[in-house]
Amino acid sequence: MLRFIIRRLLQVIPTLLVLSILVFAWLRLLPGGPAGALLGDKATPAKIADMNRILGLDQPIFVQYFKFLGRVLTGDFGSSLASGDSVLAEIGRRFPATIELSVCALVLAVAFGIPLGYLAARYHGRFLDNATVMTTLVGVAVPVFFLGVLLKYVFAQKLGILPPSGRQDVTIDATHLTGFFVLDGVLTGEFDASWDAIKHLILPAIALGSIPFAVIVRITRASVLDVQQEDFVRTAESKGLTTTVIRQRHILRNALLPVSTTIGLQTGLLLAGAVLTETVFNWQGLGSLMSEGIARRDYPRLQALLLLAALVYVIVNLLVDISYAIIDPRMRVR
Amino acid sequence: MTAPKPLKRKAGRIDDLASSSGGTSLAADAFKRMSRSPVAITGAVITVLFVLLAIFSPFLAPKNPYIPYDELRATLRPDSIPGPMPGFVLGSDQNGYDFFSRLLVGSQQTLIVGVCATLIGVAVGMVIGGLSGATGGWVDTLLMRFTDILLAIPSLLLAISIAALFAHGTQWTVIVAVAVVNVPIFARLLRGAMLAQRSSDHVLAATALGVRRRTIVFRHMLPNSMGPVIVQATLTLATAIIDAAALSFLGLGDSDPSRAEWGLMLGKSQSYLDVKPELAFYPAIAIILVALGFTLLGESLREALDPKNRR
Repeated sequence: MLRFIIRRLLQVIPTLLVLSILVFAWLRLLPGGPAGALLGDKATPAKIADMNRILGLDQPIFVQYFKFLGRVLTGDFGSSLASGDSVLAEIGRRFPATIELSVCALVLAVAFGIPLGYLAARYHGRFLDNATVMTTLVGVAVPVFFLGVLLKYVFAQKLGILPPSGRQDVTIDATHLTGFFVLDGVLTGEFDASWDAIKHLILPAIALGSIPFAVIVRITRASVLDVQQEDFVRTAESKGLTTTVIRQRHILRNALLPVSTTIGLQTGLLLAGAVLTETVFNWQGLGSLMSEGIARRDYPRLQALLLLAALVYVIVNLLVDISYAIIDPRMRVR
Repeated sequence: MTAPKPLKRKAGRIDDLASSSGGTSLAADAFKRMSRSPVAITGAVITVLFVLLAIFSPFLAPKNPYIPYDELRATLRPDSIPGPMPGFVLGSDQNGYDFFSRLLVGSQQTLIVGVCATLIGVAVGMVIGGLSGATGGWVDTLLMRFTDILLAIPSLLLAISIAALFAHGTQWTVIVAVAVVNVPIFARLLRGAMLAQRSSDHVLAATALGVRRRTIVFRHMLPNSMGPVIVQATLTLATAIIDAAALSFLGLGDSDPSRAEWGLMLGKSQSYLDVKPELAFYPAIAIILVALGFTLLGESLREALDPKNRR
């Protein structure tokens, strides 16, 4: 087991190294190079040469790369062009908002996706099944930002039940200890602040959760259908076990294995979806930080966010692999 | 050593035999099964209608979609966009263009974006995957490591970072960005299918008969590996259109205001939701329908081509 984990950990290192080369090269692919991008329309050849010297771009490319790598490893991503702040500080400030939103989205997707997928498989070929399959197909076809816009239009603008944007009402003077607004309210005893934060969370979480929801429903349904036909289920039936026991212990438990992998793989989708959802709902997280960065072509910020997203994705996949190996011993040999 | 020559000719004849063999081929069988499936028919009908609309929309559009009209501009204000009026079925868009004509013509641009992005992705992915699957060894390892790394970046973020490289967005920025995202997917898919072919009996037989490697790859392995690629390409048409819309929404699309493409129209109409929600809703419904059409077609193709479902 330990050997598997170590081997899997070692495999991550080359991936991350090449990734850093790609991100490093990415900035150098910019029209006019990083200096041109920094100076924008004011760029003259003399100014670009000056800027190149300041940025160390006149040095050999290998020296540049290792300096870049050294800075990245110490957490120095430079400062944002838009705000002048350190990129890492910006990310730190916005991080809790995105985690709060993503966790809620994933919880919603799992809480509704697994039961629905299971029921669809149980009533295979009947109305509920067909309706579920159709819903997931339509769900995949709806652009996530449009779903967000639609939810906002109906529930915030037309019905006025839920707030259209932001994380908390500006009139609420809440204390923020952790940056997780719902948790903050509970910790400080300001339950009205928590409740307000929850109301702000609902629409963005539904919009963001719609992507993993459709995937989880489909995988659960397919997996339960597969397991239902296994020999051990037939054996359990012929042993005379009750249907409840068979469903809970034999079918569901085995069917959820592939589902757990899928949930891990959804983090990539969530990170990307967060860019769109947070932009629609003006949610002050990493996603909106990124879309603001795009609008201003803030390359240091984009570079850091890109590396961070890839890093999170790689680590989550690693954890999924390891947890899978714990659950299913057959995976360890591969 | 004269032996290999007649063997090669024999192999040629075996090839001919294989291609003209009687009975139902997998493709014919799949077509037969699809023509009986309501899901496949729905998908095919939507797709065909969309393609026809895309081809003929320039002739169907009642007005010129690329110029603003003074009649519409006369009453156009930030807080009120003219609705239907004589000659303009759906009224104006936010810039004083004829909304209905733009919706029609938008189908063409949307199809172009979807098809180009998919085709480029398929083509490059197939070269990488084919090379990988056909050669194996260090070429395979190197290429697959590379695709692994591209896959390690969430797809939309990869597309964003590529599109953000261009100071001013054009339609091609979007197409290239979406295409690059699909390259590793198709590369993996084709390589996997070809690896499965490599150890299969008919490839072994061809090798034993002394058929040249190039012939084996192009006539035996590649055609038999195309099924999953075609299925994935159909599904990719849907995601390519949706991803292109997302890039436009983030302001990475074409900056030319006269360009009529559904994703772009949807992306740029967000700030007019209070004033005229149709500006966002109609292109969105169009995108959803088309994406659904391609998805239904792709899913039923996948089912039909799956040998497990063959009776």
